[in-house]
Amino acid sequence: MKNTLPHWHNLPFLEDLKISIMNSLDPRVKRLHLKSGETEPVHTNTHLVTWEVFHQDKRGKQHVHVGVVHASSPEMALIMAKEAFGRRGKTANLWVVKTSDVFTFQSEDEDMFETTPEKTFRDPAFYKVRDRIEKFQKQQLQ
Amino acid sequence: MYGNTNITEEEAKRMNSVEEDPIKLAAFEERIARGEKIEPGDWMPKEYRKQLIRMIEQHAHSEIVGALPEGTWITRAPNFRRKLALIAKVQDEIGHGQLLYSAAETLGKTREQMLEDLLNGKSKYSNIFNYPAETWADVAVIGFLVDGAAIVNQVINSKGSYGPYCRALERICYEESFHLKQGHDNVVYLATGTKRQRAMLQDAINRWYRPLLHFFGPPDRTSQHSEKLMKWKVKLASNDDMRNQFLDQYVPKIWELGITFPDPNLKKNDENIWEFSDPDWEEFKRVINGDGPCNAERLAVRKYAEEAGRWVRNALMSKNEKYVTPLA
Repeated sequence: MKNTLPHWHNLPFLEDLKISIMNSLDPRVKRLHLKSGETEPVHTNTHLVTWEVFHQDKRGKQHVHVGVVHASSPEMALIMAKEAFGRRGKTANLWVVKTSDVFTFQSEDEDMFETTPEKTFRDPAFYKVRDRIEKFQKQQLQ
Repeated sequence: MYGNTNITEEEAKRMNSVEEDPIKLAAFEERIARGEKIEPGDWMPKEYRKQLIRMIEQHAHSEIVGALPEGTWITRAPNFRRKLALIAKVQDEIGHGQLLYSAAETLGKTREQMLEDLLNGKSKYSNIFNYPAETWADVAVIGFLVDGAAIVNQVINSKGSYGPYCRALERICYEESFHLKQGHDNVVYLATGTKRQRAMLQDAINRWYRPLLHFFGPPDRTSQHSEKLMKWKVKLASNDDMRNQFLDQYVPKIWELGITFPDPNLKKNDENIWEFSDPDWEEFKRVINGDGPCNAERLAVRKYAEEAGRWVRNALMSKNEKYVTPLA
C-alpha cells in the first residue's frame, strides 16, 4: 500500500520547506518572510486576568454563567465575551465579573446544604389546616 | 486525537505507583462511578489533574493550529457565500481554543504556560494539521471529514468526568455541527460539479485519507492502556472504537457521491468492523515528532503571532492586577 498512495514527503515543494518556510502555500505567510527557529519565551509570569461571563439570552430572563475570558479591562472583557459567547442564537445582554471579585464556598463544604430538603416546614405543602377547620365546624354545630 | 490520551509505559507505571490518600481517592472514584462531575475546587488525584491538563491543552492547541490550513483559503474562497462560512468557521475554531484554554486553566496551568509549551515543542497538537491545504477541495474535505472525526472524538469526551471540559465541549459540538454541514455542502457541490471539480475532490480525498486514519491515534494493540484513565472517565473509548465509528458514519457519505478512498482493502467485515490497509504508522510517528510537511510553518506562524503581539499585551498589562485561577 505504501507505494500506491501519494506520499506527502514526495511532493516537490516540501523539499523547499525544509530549507526555508517562505515557500508556504499561504500568500499571507509568504509575505511575513518567516524563518523557523528559536523564539523569545512567552512571558509566563505575566497574565491577563480572567473574567467570569454571564449571558442573558432574552430580556426578562436571568443572566447565566457561561465561561471565562482573558482581558485587561472591563471594556475589553465585554468585547471578548461578545465574540466568545454571542456568536450563536440570541443575546440580550452580557455581564463580566473579574474572577478575583467572586466569592464562593469551598466545594468540600457542600454538606452544609444537605439537610435543606428535610426542612419541610419551609414548604407550602407542609401546612395542612383543612382537617382542623372541618373538625372545628362540626364542634360548632353540636 | 484531539484530546490525546495515549500514554507511555513509564507514565502507566507511575500512575499506579503514585500514593494518594485512600479515603479521598475512594470518595473521588465513587463520585465518578455515580456519574457526578468533578469541579475545579474538588480534591482530585495528581495524575488525574496532570492527564486532564495535557489532554485539554493539546485539544486547545489543535483548535488554534487547526485554523491555519483553512485560514489560508479565506482570501481565495470561490465565492462570497463560501467566504462568509469559512471566516465564521475559522473564528469558531479560535473561540474553541480560548474556551479550552480556560477549561485547562481551571486545573492550575496558566494560558501563557500552555502557549509557551506549544512554542517550545513540549506540548503537541493534532497531527493532522501538519499537512497542507493545497486546493479549495482540501477546505471541503477538512470541513467535512476532519471536523467529522473531531466531532466523534468530542461527543465522546463530553461524557467525561471533568465539569469545565464537558461544558466547553457541549458548546463546541453544538457550533461544530455547522462546520460539518457546510463541509458536506462544499463536498457535495464539488462532487456533483464539473469533471475538474470532481478530480480536485478525489485528489484531496486521496491525500487526506491516511492522516484521517491516523487522527484517532495508534491501533489499540500497539498503544498503552490505562484502566485508571477509563475508570476516571478521562478516556472514554479506545482509539480503534472511535476510528471505527468515524468510518461507519462517513465512508458511505463519500461513496454515495461516486468518490473513492485510495485503499482497495477498505471495507466493513461481517462483524460490522471496518478493515483497512496499514496507513503507515511510521509516517504518523515521524510527523508527530516534527518531520511533517508543515510542522515548521505552523510553529513559525504561532511564534510570529506571539512576538509581533507582545508589545500590545505588555502595554495592556496592569501591574496592580492579581491573577487568580478562573472559577469554572
